[in-house]
Amino acid sequence: MSNAALSETSLPPISLRRRIKNGTVTFLAVAAVVLVLAPLVAIFAYLVYKGVGSINWAFLTQPPKPVGEAGGGIANAIVGTCLILGIASLMGVPVGIGAGIYLAEYGRNRMGDVVRFTADVLNGVPSIVVGIVAYAIVVITQGHFSALAGGAALAIMMVPTITRATEEMLLLVPNVVREAAYGLGVSRWRTTLSITLRTATSGVITGIMLAFARIAGETAPLLFTALGNQFWNLSPNQPTAALSLQIFTYATGPYDEWHRQAWAGALILIILIVLSISAVRIAASRGTLKGAN
Amino acid sequence: MGVGIQVEKLNAWFSKTQALRDINITMAANHCTAVIGPSGCGKSTFVRCLNRMHETIPNARAEGRVRIGELDVYNGTSAVAIRRRIGMVFQKPNPFPTMSIYDNVAAGLKLNGFHERKRLDEIVERSLQLSALWDEVKDTLRKKSGASLSGGQQQRLCIARAIAVQPEVLLMDEPCSALDPISTGKIEELIFQLKERFTIVIVTHNMQQASRVAEFTGFFLLGELIEFDKTEKIFTTPSDKRTEDYITGRFG
Amino acid sequence: MPGPQPVAKPGVAADKVETSPLAGSKYNPFADKIFAFLMFACGLCVLALVGLTFYELVTKSSLSWHAFGWKFFVRSDWDPVNDQFGALPFVYGTIVSSVLALVIAVPLAVGVAVFITEMAPAWLRGPLAFTTELLAAIPSVIYGLWAIFVLVPLMREYAVPPLGKYLGWTGLFTGPCYGYSMLAAGIILAIMVIPIISAITREVMTAVPQQQREAVLALGATRWEMIRVGVLRNARAGIMGGIILGLGRALGETMAVTMVIGNRPEIAKSLFAPGYTMASVLANEFTEATGNLYLSSLIEVGLALFLVTIVVNIIAQLLVWSVTRGTPARGHV
Repeated sequence: MSNAALSETSLPPISLRRRIKNGTVTFLAVAAVVLVLAPLVAIFAYLVYKGVGSINWAFLTQPPKPVGEAGGGIANAIVGTCLILGIASLMGVPVGIGAGIYLAEYGRNRMGDVVRFTADVLNGVPSIVVGIVAYAIVVITQGHFSALAGGAALAIMMVPTITRATEEMLLLVPNVVREAAYGLGVSRWRTTLSITLRTATSGVITGIMLAFARIAGETAPLLFTALGNQFWNLSPNQPTAALSLQIFTYATGPYDEWHRQAWAGALILIILIVLSISAVRIAASRGTLKGAN
Repeated sequence: MGVGIQVEKLNAWFSKTQALRDINITMAANHCTAVIGPSGCGKSTFVRCLNRMHETIPNARAEGRVRIGELDVYNGTSAVAIRRRIGMVFQKPNPFPTMSIYDNVAAGLKLNGFHERKRLDEIVERSLQLSALWDEVKDTLRKKSGASLSGGQQQRLCIARAIAVQPEVLLMDEPCSALDPISTGKIEELIFQLKERFTIVIVTHNMQQASRVAEFTGFFLLGELIEFDKTEKIFTTPSDKRTEDYITGRFG
Repeated sequence: MPGPQPVAKPGVAADKVETSPLAGSKYNPFADKIFAFLMFACGLCVLALVGLTFYELVTKSSLSWHAFGWKFFVRSDWDPVNDQFGALPFVYGTIVSSVLALVIAVPLAVGVAVFITEMAPAWLRGPLAFTTELLAAIPSVIYGLWAIFVLVPLMREYAVPPLGKYLGWTGLFTGPCYGYSMLAAGIILAIMVIPIISAITREVMTAVPQQQREAVLALGATRWEMIRVGVLRNARAGIMGGIILGLGRALGETMAVTMVIGNRPEIAKSLFAPGYTMASVLANEFTEATGNLYLSSLIEVGLALFLVTIVVNIIAQLLVWSVTRGTPARGHV
């Protein structure tokens, strides 16, 4: 072993080529971040810029004016969205939580794996296809479009999200807590509801709100279920306006007046969604602090 | 008032593995019996068979005859009904995290349908007094959650919760192994006083603890009950060589 | 401490001789059985929903299936007036728009993921991750709205001329561009699938154990070399899964695409030309479908879309699982 091989000066420096490559990649990565964030910023900026001017009390409390007339609002769409989302939640939340309970407490077996896998499959079904199914089940049976059909479509989309979130949260409850209840002679169903689910409550609510935020902006499944409506509607059995549908109609229509209102409606929708997501994040962070073992 | 426990030909399995073989033992009322043995000898399994908690593990089963007072544990009544008559305290304190101290103690009663407010208040207070926890928590009963107490306090809370339903028997599965020496001492004192009201079976890997609190001791090894006698005799003049080896620390 | 007493003590004072408050409580095992059944029923609902979807799509498309058979997917004449339906333009449009979206999205998404996981300072990671997820929260219709009024004009003004001029020779950028085109659809789709590809890539990259990175660094590698050899290579399968998941998302994306793709059922090589996707034709023509054959054909398109997205999603899930979890988690009580 010669001394020359060991001396510091004979260690080859990292070649220029490798250093250039390293630097280039870093530059490209930063460029990617900028390119990806740019549309995000642009979208929010435009929503505010183009939409904020049109939001006023009239806009929020009036239904649309007849075609050609200026003014009018999207109040019926806001109410309609609430109606449809309400119907969807009534159907989707119990089934989602129930399936989640099944997977966590009774489904640690083959059958549970099948259900789990199917929930993931259901999650990936395109929303327009879900619309077709709701059309086939509800609209064809009833003979007309309705908020109920729209709610059914959205409920189908909520179920997988809520199921998986509920399952995850229930599995986080330590088994010793269940054992304490069993040891007291509490029946299984009572333990599951009053102890296990109760302990996981904040996480489950987070899951529900996430599912909610996801479907609030959905348009495709409503296209041929709720259909949309120019006027007020509070009945689940009639076609109903929805915020997302209205935005679509206005944006693709020929009138500038409509375009203006599309931006405003979009701004309102995105505000609602951002609020839901923020509420989810706040609830999640508080939840983990409160329920700490 | 405690009752005696009689176990005849108790066998238990985890799937195909046999964990307990032909256990026969009679435990006296209002006494404390300790169950000792090396890790994996089946002592926890034995105690969990007494209130049919063993069955809650998937693919686990038990056969045999267990009589607690007049209750025939394995023939007749359901496991849930049995567990309402037997109290259990676990290795790691497990108060219900979303409930207040009051609700924790009352849990065994409220969740099983007993809602008489006035009697509940009495029972909660008495249980906490019996567990030597009353003075420390009486002002914050409903305000503090069960999980906010210290480890030793939590375990005493779990004891209060277990005795609030006035069980016939109190089972304790290594109740002090997760606690510091001072808390351990407090709980041992507690066991001493609780003996007057309940029959206690305590699993412990600490032989000194067994000799401190229990009148009788059973030594388990590899799923079999090797020797069962007065604690004094087990620890001074054991009959079986295996017991002697364990006591003197040759294994385990 | 007092030692054990060998003599049995007499029972305690009379106040203890009371019955347990639960002495009268009855346990009804039926309640447990009913509850278990109810929960199982909810689980079955999930299965039923997928089964129902398949059933409805198949039965309601049988008319056109019997009329056209397999040829339905290789004919390109979509002529409702004459009851002639060929779905090839939609299949073509779906594939091309999705592939284009991936071509644009994958480098960007992986780049962002690499930056967030390996290059960004710790304080920046959270906010950056949050903002990319915010992109996922924007509804499709708002993407479409923005695309119509901002992206498309910008694209027409600044991107189309140079693309036509310098890359026109490829045949992909020829002909006039009125904005509503396959190119626009590809771009907006790319923006929409970046969050999911990026999130999965980040997840699988984080799952690579730290020792792998350290091993490569210890050999004297630059940061990029460490990332390439120590992380990306290990996470390859998972990243592939993320990309395929993004593909699944792109295939089914409806609103934003409908709003900018031009909705013309024609097959053209140039990306400047308008096109049509399977999801878009459903969105546009479902409510206008007069006649049973028309509706049935549309539903058959929906069936094809359903099957393709399921297969793609399954492949993606398997790939992602192989990196993050090994075999799917069974039980961890």
